[in-house]
Amino acid sequence: MRTMQTEYLIAVDEFCANNNIEISFISSLEQNGLIEVITIQETGFIGAGQLQQLEKFIRLYYELDINLEGIETITHLLRRIDLMQDEIILLKNRLRLYETEL
Amino acid sequence: MNFLDYYKILGIDKTATPKDIKSAYRKLARKYHPDLNPNDKDAKRNFQQINEANEVLSDPEKRKKYDQYGNDWKHAEEFEKAKQYQQQSSDYQRSGYSGAQSEGDFSEFFESLFGGSAGSGGNRQVKYRGNDFNAELHLDLLDAYKTHSQTLTVNRKNIRITIPAGIENGQTIKIPGHGGPGVNGGPNGDLYITFSVANHSDIKRLGNDLYTRADLDLYKAVLGGEITIDTLKGKVKLKVKPETQNGSRIKLKGMGFPVYKNEGHYGDLYVTYTIKIPSNLTDKQKELFKELSESEF
Repeated sequence: MRTMQTEYLIAVDEFCANNNIEISFISSLEQNGLIEVITIQETGFIGAGQLQQLEKFIRLYYELDINLEGIETITHLLRRIDLMQDEIILLKNRLRLYETEL
Repeated sequence: MNFLDYYKILGIDKTATPKDIKSAYRKLARKYHPDLNPNDKDAKRNFQQINEANEVLSDPEKRKKYDQYGNDWKHAEEFEKAKQYQQQSSDYQRSGYSGAQSEGDFSEFFESLFGGSAGSGGNRQVKYRGNDFNAELHLDLLDAYKTHSQTLTVNRKNIRITIPAGIENGQTIKIPGHGGPGVNGGPNGDLYITFSVANHSDIKRLGNDLYTRADLDLYKAVLGGEITIDTLKGKVKLKVKPETQNGSRIKLKGMGFPVYKNEGHYGDLYVTYTIKIPSNLTDKQKELFKELSESEF
């Protein structure tokens, strides 16, 4: 059975106005594949699920002066850290399994 | 409460210009910012210190006060009283990062010298995101086997959370908005819950797969038969093939642990046979075994 999920969308221009950022910044993030912008009737929207990530990009760009290439690299490395941390958990649990057998 | 050398924290000397301060702060913030060091408590502590140092040294009023009373912070209160008559206003603008700073993130030293949070510096209304909270939740393997709800008390607030079946030992989940409250309308922090899943059963878990042992008597191992084993789904009957070897393993597909956030999907259960050699044999039985050993295979 297929279920429909409701996704909350935020208009890009409204988000930019509220956060005092340029729309071109959002466009650049989209062009670099860092966020997804959904266009409905010529208006750009961002899914609410992306908000936290987007806020992080804003902090990196505007507060730490990290350019888009830097943000892209950092995002990639943070994803790798996440994957490695999952692997560490799995390995620790595997080790625990053998330790309890001793 | 110790004196904090804000100049040392930022790695600058007392003659540093606002440009030097900004540059030193940016450099260190890039190194320790919580966005770049997720779940790193040391980095967070360092970031809070450099943020506080910047908060003070980038504000001419605060820097002046710090330079004058920093070493002798106990007189700061007297200084404050004297200042009230002067009615000086500050044109300080935002310079602190909002990433992880909150009212409670300033040191006792700072609070003593400047009489409270960062908001005391002027008319600014900087929105600060609340602190992230970390908690550890202990579960038993059987609790982690089923999706269930639990009520946690975090900072005197009850939070009801649903724990999906299949949660892993050591896994951390984020409950957005249930951390410390934001300041000046800033968003709340998040609550991070790390699960510690203890296993008191004979069934071992590795990811989504389960491992258990089953004892077989010699006769069933040789001739085959049926045994009943305990699984997390209840008792299960197993057919034992004739001539089953000690240490051999069988796989029961879909009888393992639920796959996290993948309802209806389960790992596998591996059963390793341990063959029990009969003991306390009667003379008659010993004779029969001897006869068997002398027969040709």
